[in-house]
Amino acid sequence: MSSTTSQTISTATRPRRATVEPPWVRALLIGITLLFLGLFLVLPLLSVFIQAIGKGLEYYGRSVIDPAALSAIKLTLLTAGIAVPLNCVFGVAAAWAIAKFQFPGRTVLITLIDLPFSISPVVAGLIFVLVFGTQGWLGHYENADHPWFPWFRDWLNAHDFRIIYAVPGIVLATIFVTFPFVARELIPLMQAQGRTEEEAARVLGASGWQTFWHVTIPNIKWGLLYGVILCNARAMGEFGAVSVVSGHIRGQTNTLPLHIESLYDEYDFTGAFAVASLLAFLALITLILKTWAERQRNASLKSIDE
Amino acid sequence: MVDFGHSSDVNRLPRPDYDWVNGFKRMIFSRQRSVLPGFKLTLGFTLFYLCLIVLIPLSSIFTKTSTLTWAEFHQVATSPVAMASYRLTFGTSFCAAMVNAVFGLIVAWVLVRYQFFGKRLIDALVDLPFALPTAVAGITLARLYSDNGWLGQGLTKLGITVANTQLGIFVALTFIGLPFIVRTIQPVLEDLDSELEEAAASLGANRWQIFWRIIFPMLMPALLTGIALAFARALGEYGSVIFIAGNIPMKTVITPVLIMGELDTFSYAKATALAVVLLVISFFLLLIINLLQWWSSRNHTHL
Repeated sequence: MSSTTSQTISTATRPRRATVEPPWVRALLIGITLLFLGLFLVLPLLSVFIQAIGKGLEYYGRSVIDPAALSAIKLTLLTAGIAVPLNCVFGVAAAWAIAKFQFPGRTVLITLIDLPFSISPVVAGLIFVLVFGTQGWLGHYENADHPWFPWFRDWLNAHDFRIIYAVPGIVLATIFVTFPFVARELIPLMQAQGRTEEEAARVLGASGWQTFWHVTIPNIKWGLLYGVILCNARAMGEFGAVSVVSGHIRGQTNTLPLHIESLYDEYDFTGAFAVASLLAFLALITLILKTWAERQRNASLKSIDE
Repeated sequence: MVDFGHSSDVNRLPRPDYDWVNGFKRMIFSRQRSVLPGFKLTLGFTLFYLCLIVLIPLSSIFTKTSTLTWAEFHQVATSPVAMASYRLTFGTSFCAAMVNAVFGLIVAWVLVRYQFFGKRLIDALVDLPFALPTAVAGITLARLYSDNGWLGQGLTKLGITVANTQLGIFVALTFIGLPFIVRTIQPVLEDLDSELEEAAASLGANRWQIFWRIIFPMLMPALLTGIALAFARALGEYGSVIFIAGNIPMKTVITPVLIMGELDTFSYAKATALAVVLLVISFFLLLIINLLQWWSSRNHTHL
């Protein structure tokens, strides 16, 4: 009724609309945007790929299948393979508790979950050195005169079980820096969806697990995918935190970003960019998947809205 | 009914008269069962995992600092090298956040309001700094702006050196911070009610007045939030900076690189003291960001 009338009026007067900028302003702003993004985003991205093949495809291939590079790829995949599923389970559990139930301290809990985002990667690595390093809590425990559970200390010392400057430390640091990704994506989504659908399923006789698998998971799958993609990108690309705890042992504790740093420091720029191009390629796939998941998620959110 | 208050629910502060004691009692001891299962299980797991991965390791930094006397802590945290690194880190982070505020606002405006060829591609590309590993960004920027790099060559002729200077750090931090500003302004700009602009236009305001007096004040909370987020991220940034900065003592050493240097020489106490300074500042910024978001969500519901 009234909205349609106002629409007809505004279409009728469109030629002289005052809520639109003159063409030259539009052109100028679009030009600034393209120039700025071209300079800061497109150019660096292109230069990764161009420098990677700077010494020909043969050199590229050799840099990528070099044993040290392959072991870095393996370690990176292993790290992401542990960190992403764990944070995924945590994210779903946290979102379920926070979004579907009311309890005091919810906002505090959300802030605490977001905490790793506001901590410098170097500090994130440092805290694990302070806990598990030889001068840290674990070191004190191993060297204590009268420790608690002496058998455990003896077992640790006998097996020379190391966390810092070894793979477990790298995994822990990666879990820490990617901790909030899935949770912070799912919490607002599940809050928006409410609990009416799950309640309906329960009233109709579904068990808790059935409700979760057949009602909740289909509802949150795009948001979950979105969180997992971002979590994975960060897990595979993390540099600062992993750099602190890794010890940079070639072929053993070098992840892909650390391997790139080693090559770059040895002035093998082409080799560094060849390995970097793998991660840049991963970034492009991440962007494509992310855009797609975002669109699906927004569509599913709109359908609840209606 | 389902509450569609966007993030307003997340940022709601508790009522001042909330009965915390009975609230917790009800939460833990209540025998009344909810229709939905799994509350105690999921909350228990959440708290356990949060403590194990984040809170307990984080507490180590404060126990380690407590082994220092106040004088020792003060000496490390305010040494000339540390002070130079704070000045540099803050200065470059602030400049990068400000430049991003201007260009991020333009980018967000163009992406929301205009139609042009390749817009969706550019929209997706804005998130590149989130997706590209910082080490890759670091070596790429370092090569681009080096004396014989694509951009460095031209800039050297103009007498501008970017690599191994503070300008290089600024470039890296600008790259890192861009998506924060664009992605916080974009949704607010999309939700903006065109009726206000139409009303102002019908009352005779020109386009510039409408932007400056109507649109900009409404974008202000989001813009400030974006600036704070970009600034907070820039303060702790490491991977993208070390390659381009050159890490010249007293000149281009940012605080995270300084911490890394202390760790390389196994001076854990010194590294921890510097980390505490960085952490306290981050927490303070986090508080400001939360307040800003609470403010903007309140403004949002008032409209």
